[in-house]
Amino acid sequence: MSRISEAFSKGKAFIPFITAGDPDLTVTEQLVPAMAEAGADIIELGIPFSDPVAEGIVIQEADQRALSAGTTADKIFESVTRIRKKTNVPLAFMTYINPIFVYGSERFIKNAAECGIDALIVPDMPFEEKEELHPICQKYGIDLISLIAPTSKERITAIASEAEGFVYCVSSMGVTGVRKEITSDIGDMVSLVKASKDLPCAIGFGISTPEQAKELSKYADGIIVGSAIVKLAALHGKDCVEPICNYIREMKSAISK
Amino acid sequence: MSKGRFGQHGGQFIPETLMNAVTELEKAYNACMQDEEFLAELKALHETYTGRPSLLYYAEKMTEDLGGAKIYLKREDLNHTGSHKINNALGQVLLAKKMGKTRVIAETGAGQHGVATATAAALMGMECEIFMGKEDTDRQALNVFRMELLGAKVHPVTSGTQTLKDAVNETLREWTNRVVDTHYVLGSVMGPHPFPTIVRDFQSIIGKEVREQILKAEGKLPDMLIACVGGGSNAMGLFYDFIGDSSVKLVGCEAAGHGIDTDKNAATISTGTVGIFHGMKSYFCQDEYGQIAPVYSISAGLDYPGIGPEHAALFDTGRADYVPVTDREAVDAFEYLSRKEGIIPAIESAHAIAYGRKIAPAMGKDQIIVINLSGRGDKDVAAIARYKGVEIYE
Repeated sequence: MSRISEAFSKGKAFIPFITAGDPDLTVTEQLVPAMAEAGADIIELGIPFSDPVAEGIVIQEADQRALSAGTTADKIFESVTRIRKKTNVPLAFMTYINPIFVYGSERFIKNAAECGIDALIVPDMPFEEKEELHPICQKYGIDLISLIAPTSKERITAIASEAEGFVYCVSSMGVTGVRKEITSDIGDMVSLVKASKDLPCAIGFGISTPEQAKELSKYADGIIVGSAIVKLAALHGKDCVEPICNYIREMKSAISK
Repeated sequence: MSKGRFGQHGGQFIPETLMNAVTELEKAYNACMQDEEFLAELKALHETYTGRPSLLYYAEKMTEDLGGAKIYLKREDLNHTGSHKINNALGQVLLAKKMGKTRVIAETGAGQHGVATATAAALMGMECEIFMGKEDTDRQALNVFRMELLGAKVHPVTSGTQTLKDAVNETLREWTNRVVDTHYVLGSVMGPHPFPTIVRDFQSIIGKEVREQILKAEGKLPDMLIACVGGGSNAMGLFYDFIGDSSVKLVGCEAAGHGIDTDKNAATISTGTVGIFHGMKSYFCQDEYGQIAPVYSISAGLDYPGIGPEHAALFDTGRADYVPVTDREAVDAFEYLSRKEGIIPAIESAHAIAYGRKIAPAMGKDQIIVINLSGRGDKDVAAIARYKGVEIYE
């Protein structure tokens, strides 16, 4: 069983996101094992990009902080190699197609696999374009995560049938960021996925409170939270490990009840 | 399964949330291009509202002064709203209306495309919101007020470099936020498929008219076509009808800012590498890690780190050449055309004039150059004055 499927075999999975290198990679190396200890079942590591078009302002600013601190893909690979010595938590890279393509897709994915990355999420590479990376991901044993959105409708069956690892269900229209209400019919999205392929579904975009997480976890196998955590990193800077871990414990407990 | 490729370039690299919207757009567009009624309606609008066909003007004074090839100017600056951008805006807003959309959004750099979109939206009774880099709202303040006069809401974009690239980011974000009733009127031959094709087709009227007009005036095809290139819509509009005529040389002029040996330029072909951004594979100004570079040009309309995918393919095959033109050369050409021919060009178009000045003397008197005068320069007068150290109030 892969680390990713194992993460979904122990009840509802909590999947936090942080931007690697925000505020610097030393903090990232402390954060990841501590987040795993606090209850994170899978951790998404964002590789910062200058122009993250699927992100709201919170993660845009985190990417800018990380880039200003001199974060690069090569430095992130080195950090992940060190992180892997401390924790076995499944790790997914979240980044845009350009940083992967320009680095050299095969070189990037090979390095990611060698430092212990389990999955790759690329929000600006839809189903129709996945051949750009999918054959390479298969070669190196990395799950290429598929996303579905409230507008996907009849596309869901085709996307799900070729999905691997888990399916990232985008809860709302728009970009990442905290929302008061999530109104999409997420239950229907998940049912369509499951009818096509028996894969875990994790819901992300807009989730920040334990109440939202608890409610949405009824419909899915995992909950993804990004902006709410990145806000804590912005607020506490180098001292963000403790507040982020406290938050993760609270969220994990809300979806475990 | 990838669609909309030009050689290795193009494609549809956008978030899943937008995929159904671009698929619907492609279907609606293909249907409209087969629909005699739609085509007749657009043609009538161009004849009665845009002022098409635009003139092909023989620049006799410039030709005599340079002493080489005969120079013709395609007067897109005489179109309603003052640039070629109206060709695409009218086409896309009409298409959006046929699709049942009630709201259009658009990015703009110099403000030309924003003004054209706001104009088309006013004419067709659509809600309109324009995203423009904060730096550009400052350097093109007059165009901001024009858009507001036309009933559009203008959002200054404060992220990133606060220029055209960031305006595109923000318009894409807004489109994912509200896609059902909204069409994104992309302003250049860039972005995800089908936009590069749609914009090229709506702009290709420029080259079609040039062919007819030059054959009437000279009885033969031109030897060279010159146009400025940011994303590349006026250039693609001029070039497209001539791609099959191998005797016609195609030259795109990129904004070299302070020079291509400095980091202050926006010359994508000269200084960029292949990447995937804003929905397309193409050439981009970027670093070794794929971070998009902050680019620079005196011209807000050319201040963009990428180029349309069909231009990238024309460059790869060698069918078209792309040359860098600096701020200084463009400003000189701006003044030159104003004095020599009594025509004040947009600073974007002045990049094409600058290259024409360089190349014409090296060509024979029996040869013909057509330069696309893509826009008029009224919007740039204050900025050029500032460049020359004169402070004037708009």
